[in-house]
Amino acid sequence: MKASLTARIILAIVFVGLLATPLAVKQVSARRQEAQEKLNEGQALTRYGFHLQEVSQQAGVTFIHQAPTLDPKLNGIMPEVASMGASVSVVDFDRDGWPDFYATNSAIASQNHLYHNMHDGTFQDVAGPMGLADVNRAGTGVSMGAIWGDYDNDGYEDLFLIKWGKPELFHNDQGRGFTRVTDTAGLPPWINANAAVWFDYDGDGLLDLFVGGYYSENLDLWHLDTTRMMPDSFEYAKNGGRKFLYHNLGKGRFEEVSEKVGIKSNRWALAASAADLRGTGHPDLFIANDYGVSELYLNEGGHFKEAGEATGVGFAPKSGMNVAYGDILNQGKYAIYVSNISQEGVLIQGNNLWVPRDGESSLKYENLARDMGVELGGWSFGAQFGDLNNDGNLDLYLTNGYISLSRTQSYWYDFSRVAGGNSKIIADAADWPAFNGRSLSGYQQKKVWINDGAAKFVDVAQAVGATDIYDGRSVALADLWNRGVLDVLVANQGGPLLIYRNTVSPENEWVELALEGTKSNRSAIGARVTLYWNGRQQVQEVSGGSGFAAQNDRRLHFGLGRNPQIEKAVIRWPSGKVQTVENLAAGKLYNVKEAE
Amino acid sequence: MSNEVSTAQPAKLALAWKRFFSPSNRYLSPLLISCVLLVGQLSYGILESYTRTLLAIATSLVAELILSRIYMGKWPNLASAYITGISVGILVRSPAFWPYALCALISIMSKYVLRVHDRHIWNPSNFGIVAMFLLASGTVAGLSIQWGNFVWPMLVIWTLGSAIIWRLRRFHISATYVLWFLAFALLRSWITGDPWRSEISPITGPMYQLFIFFMITDPKTTVRSKTGQYITVSAVAAVEMVLRLHQAVYAPFYALFLVGPTAMLIEMWMDARRARLLVAHA
Repeated sequence: MKASLTARIILAIVFVGLLATPLAVKQVSARRQEAQEKLNEGQALTRYGFHLQEVSQQAGVTFIHQAPTLDPKLNGIMPEVASMGASVSVVDFDRDGWPDFYATNSAIASQNHLYHNMHDGTFQDVAGPMGLADVNRAGTGVSMGAIWGDYDNDGYEDLFLIKWGKPELFHNDQGRGFTRVTDTAGLPPWINANAAVWFDYDGDGLLDLFVGGYYSENLDLWHLDTTRMMPDSFEYAKNGGRKFLYHNLGKGRFEEVSEKVGIKSNRWALAASAADLRGTGHPDLFIANDYGVSELYLNEGGHFKEAGEATGVGFAPKSGMNVAYGDILNQGKYAIYVSNISQEGVLIQGNNLWVPRDGESSLKYENLARDMGVELGGWSFGAQFGDLNNDGNLDLYLTNGYISLSRTQSYWYDFSRVAGGNSKIIADAADWPAFNGRSLSGYQQKKVWINDGAAKFVDVAQAVGATDIYDGRSVALADLWNRGVLDVLVANQGGPLLIYRNTVSPENEWVELALEGTKSNRSAIGARVTLYWNGRQQVQEVSGGSGFAAQNDRRLHFGLGRNPQIEKAVIRWPSGKVQTVENLAAGKLYNVKEAE
Repeated sequence: MSNEVSTAQPAKLALAWKRFFSPSNRYLSPLLISCVLLVGQLSYGILESYTRTLLAIATSLVAELILSRIYMGKWPNLASAYITGISVGILVRSPAFWPYALCALISIMSKYVLRVHDRHIWNPSNFGIVAMFLLASGTVAGLSIQWGNFVWPMLVIWTLGSAIIWRLRRFHISATYVLWFLAFALLRSWITGDPWRSEISPITGPMYQLFIFFMITDPKTTVRSKTGQYITVSAVAAVEMVLRLHQAVYAPFYALFLVGPTAMLIEMWMDARRARLLVAHA
């Protein structure tokens, strides 16, 4: 070296400084985390405007999810291959004006539960008498999720049961019971799916049904001929389940039209949801795939065009597990939240927050998860947007945690060495080392990101009371007790179903809309409401399934902040009709029927 | 005359090819690693993004230019800095931008700071990446699953890589390492009871291709004698096996980080002792 000693000393100091930089970043981040100490209700209300209290026991909900046990050939990695099935979906099945909910179970012979809202803070399981409990019989597979939609427009929400096994359709007999109508509907004999959505893709006023397969539908997971049933690539797998689109023909009959309308994929779908992303009046379909890129099927009036890569959402392959839409910037446009995997030191995929770009001639998205602070959520699963503190900005609730077994031993090393190897190895379950009681991204803290309205989200989960560390799967939001606040339901794999009762600072006001279609499907799924108040606007849409294996309350909840003056709500129905509702007052739930 | 032209042209072409593939061509390795990047990106889009990789390459080149000018008093050949930058750009996986710049900077600076007898003893990108794994694990992971798990891109790289490494007279290093890895994988399988294919699995992934063809063969940070090279690369494989038994995800990088400089220091000590003996005998 020709440089002087001083120059070399300076160089050495700069070098040490550079090495210390990541540690400094880590320290700052850790301090920020520490600042989120647990607060009591009063403190949380003052600081963040809301507080969550877990009340499942007081509400009479003692449901514990049971995971499936598949073919013994998979015993070594059973925790991984049987890691899903806990789900929750909200429905007012008896039209009494109070949200009920359905929780799926996933062990053979286990019972699903339909919790009827008793209007007094408690729920009662009525799945047995209603005919929705005993749906996991040997030989028929087990439940993975459920979505509700009034497919025959009789005013009562019907149930599609997503399964690894024989999927089921139940007709709601005016809230007094359910009749199994699977065989006449023409549904497939066997699927291994986790994702399904009700939506009226062709605008004929009848709800259609999308089902996205995960494992190949050719596999009976309880009687495997081969152990070659895993994905053939961790990020480029195309040996998953096929996709189905059932066009509703009326009178309880459906026709499978997926290929005919341009939907063809064998990626490993884990979540799907529909929304009108371009304001065309036609609902588009977003599919979050595990082991690969997301797919975005743009609806061109009853025919779909896959535009994942063209719009930017389908370029970088990750482990998609969630699809939720939210007008997070109050600009009348939906951002899309897709959850993925982040594990310190091993795999940092980061979750995606796809925000539409301004000024583009066609739909383009950019991932702003990092910029907005919602990128890292551990092994993330279900997430939903909702205004948890009624301040007029949509917040984000995320549950996470994959497999919580040993507190001290991790499976990550074995997972990473097989996942990165050749397709012949990764695809064969026999080549995966046994779990032997180890955890894989277990015992993770949840994320409750509140939106500051200025394109930043801050995690306040610990402070506001979302302190569980179960293996969360499905999240659904609903105003469970008609109080004008969004409560949170969380279904946990192999764990209890949690009800986080929300208490919101009373200064922040709200309004809710319960829509009913006439020319449109009666569930009003796909109806899009733009609410205008205090010079602000926010758009929300009635959904036939969102998040991960979940469905929020169909009633739309708008937080309004302080002293709101509501100008109007503009409803664009799936039929194309636009209806303006004026003279809305805060603090009320409005029932709005599509004008004839 | 036309005959002379027709025989002279192929001869010239052959000479140009020979020159191009000669061990003295410092651009062979950069060419190979660029091919690796292209194959990976065009087939599977392995990069976190083009911009992040370009940031790593640009940081690496600029740092090399400045540091070499200031501390060596000359403008450098940028081939090695390019390899460092592109290695960082491929191997580092982070949604953030700063780790790419920081890792490239640390890698290049390590060549100027961590020197013994005026030689740098760590492979620059190995040092930088290990530093990031250890110090920034919350933001940084390594390349692992982003290459599709399919055999064809690997075969292209193995074929191309082996041919070029052969011409550079360093094929024996890569081959020795691969043989030891396979042997130790079987031994690990016997010890742990895990399926042998799961132990072999890592070497069929993309991370190892860069490790095998670029890191362990780096002329500047490998010992000079052929015997020493055999011993060193065997020791790397052995240490890696121990680390793997302790479930270190990035075992090969850590093994090279530990063994590489140790081998260099031993070689320097032996050289010095030999020189002293020669002086004494003289």
